[in-house]
Amino acid sequence: MTSYFLKRVFYMALTLFGASILIFFLYALTPGDFVDTSPKLTAERKLELKAMYGLDKPVVERYFIWMKNAFQGDFGYSLQYQQPVMSLLNDYIWNSFLLAITSTFFTWLIAISIGVLSAARQHSWFDALVTIGVFAAMSLPVFFVGLLFIKLFAVDAKLFPAGGMMTIGSKEAGFAYAWDVVQHMFLPVTVLTLLSVGTLTRYFRTNMLEVIQQDFVRTARAKGLKEKVVLHKHALRNALLPAITLLGFELPALFGGAIITEKIFNWPGVGQLYMQAFSVRDYPLLMGFTMFLAILTVIGNLSADLLYRVADPRVRLK
Amino acid sequence: MNALVEIQNLSTYFKSEQGVVKAVDALELRVHEGETVCIVGESGCGKSAAAMSLMRLIPEAVGSIVSGEIWFAGRDLRKVSKEEMRKLRGNELAMIFQEPMSSLNPVLTIGEQIMEPIMEHQGLSKKAAQARAIELIELVGIPRAKEIAKSYPYELSGGMLQRIMIAIAISCNPRLLIADEPTTALDVTIQAQILDLLRKIKDEAQTAILFITHDLGVVAEMADHVVVMYAGKVVEVSPVVELFEEPKHPYTQGLLRSKPVLNQRRAKLYSIPGQVPNPTTLGESCYFHDRCDQCLDICRVKQPPLRDGGDGRKVACWLYEEESVRGQ
Repeated sequence: MTSYFLKRVFYMALTLFGASILIFFLYALTPGDFVDTSPKLTAERKLELKAMYGLDKPVVERYFIWMKNAFQGDFGYSLQYQQPVMSLLNDYIWNSFLLAITSTFFTWLIAISIGVLSAARQHSWFDALVTIGVFAAMSLPVFFVGLLFIKLFAVDAKLFPAGGMMTIGSKEAGFAYAWDVVQHMFLPVTVLTLLSVGTLTRYFRTNMLEVIQQDFVRTARAKGLKEKVVLHKHALRNALLPAITLLGFELPALFGGAIITEKIFNWPGVGQLYMQAFSVRDYPLLMGFTMFLAILTVIGNLSADLLYRVADPRVRLK
Repeated sequence: MNALVEIQNLSTYFKSEQGVVKAVDALELRVHEGETVCIVGESGCGKSAAAMSLMRLIPEAVGSIVSGEIWFAGRDLRKVSKEEMRKLRGNELAMIFQEPMSSLNPVLTIGEQIMEPIMEHQGLSKKAAQARAIELIELVGIPRAKEIAKSYPYELSGGMLQRIMIAIAISCNPRLLIADEPTTALDVTIQAQILDLLRKIKDEAQTAILFITHDLGVVAEMADHVVVMYAGKVVEVSPVVELFEEPKHPYTQGLLRSKPVLNQRRAKLYSIPGQVPNPTTLGESCYFHDRCDQCLDICRVKQPPLRDGGDGRKVACWLYEEESVRGQ
């Protein structure tokens, strides 16, 4: 187990090293940078700024400087915000995380329940309706559903606020503050859940359908177990196993931000920050954030593998 | 003596893309208390479908029982509610399957899987069920029962898993044990051990066994009575000794001739000519007529009824009908 773990950590380091090269050079070798974008600066001032930010050094040297700092937890300095990348991310990422964790929770909850029900009653009315509904939800673009929801529930019905994370000018604290945020979260979370629940529902339905045809499910029925036990204990556990891989991928997604949804609902998340950084070529921020997601991806993968070991007795890691 | 199981006129049809498959066609079957009845026939002749119909485990999406009565211990299983049926399954009616490797849940321990029906049907506490599970593992002849109870299916061999399946099946002292080709997936020495175990259970607990197989050697070892099936129909019913001594139906005769005999060198083993008919295109003829070496004119146009010979034997063949009935 320990040797397995060490081996995995070694591979992780290699992967991240490769990722860092890709990420750094992709941004560093793109012509132009933050300083070039500003039309107001004189040529001398530009050179001065470039020297100040270390942009005049050879690109390979810049990579090593970036790496050295990254190892110390410093992903550089956002040129646009004039703040360290890490503290900037820290300001925005939790807002995105709040949206993502809530919608991921509901997505999985709904997808598993509907997938199981729909598989248990394959070819029934319920199954047909779910299949149609799920396809409809998957096919609608987020900007459309988002705007439609704002029109219906915020503008017309006035049930929920149209955007933002809290009421402007509100000085609430404690529970009242939390309630305010929950109200603001409702629409974006609903939209996010609606759009991602389809794929996952179909995934679980297919998995369940495959599993309930297995011999051991027949055995469970032949033992006279209640259908509920057959489905939830015998079938579902086996149907959930392959989803662990997906769970691993959810980790970076939780912090990755939802660019379009955040934009539509004016949610102060990292997705919006990311988009803005692109438009002004704030490369240190982009590099730092992308690298951060790369790290989360490898950690997510490793956790998925370790989770398999817990969930499936047949998996023995070497 | 009243029969424990009496199946009358049972038909189970499967839906397929080519049409309706009469997997079980007007099946008649009787199993007495403590008796072993073997259903024998080729793959696809409806043996397993008959057993699954008896357990009412035919998935609705695949097919359904369309007619007939299944009497078990005084109840018509076709008429009992789903809930009552569930309470019978694993309790009074138990079943073991062909593939022990895939018949157990890969993520649950062996012990857990044996305990489940005990707790469900006998209402035993977890602790008592655990003790009973270990007892059962020992009973089916597996040493180190406590360790085995904690292990997972992938850690055991096929033969051991089939013993575990038997342990699960007998856990609630069923009155009928259905064994659907329980030894087919196992190698020969293990086969013999499993058959011994089943015979021991039958002798000690007086459990009736409905044994499904295509292996005549197994039939000879296990059966009191034999039911020969062909293309969903029963073609011959007979006590085991009489069947081997004097098979009546041409299909049974063909089956017995195609069995290798020890210490006898033959260049080529006999095989029944032709193929099993396509189950979706069966007509009014005797289903066996185009493979039969004693085929009569009537066989091509009319199905023979299953006729009781009065000597405990039944056969569905025009050869044994009176000339006048045959209409020649």
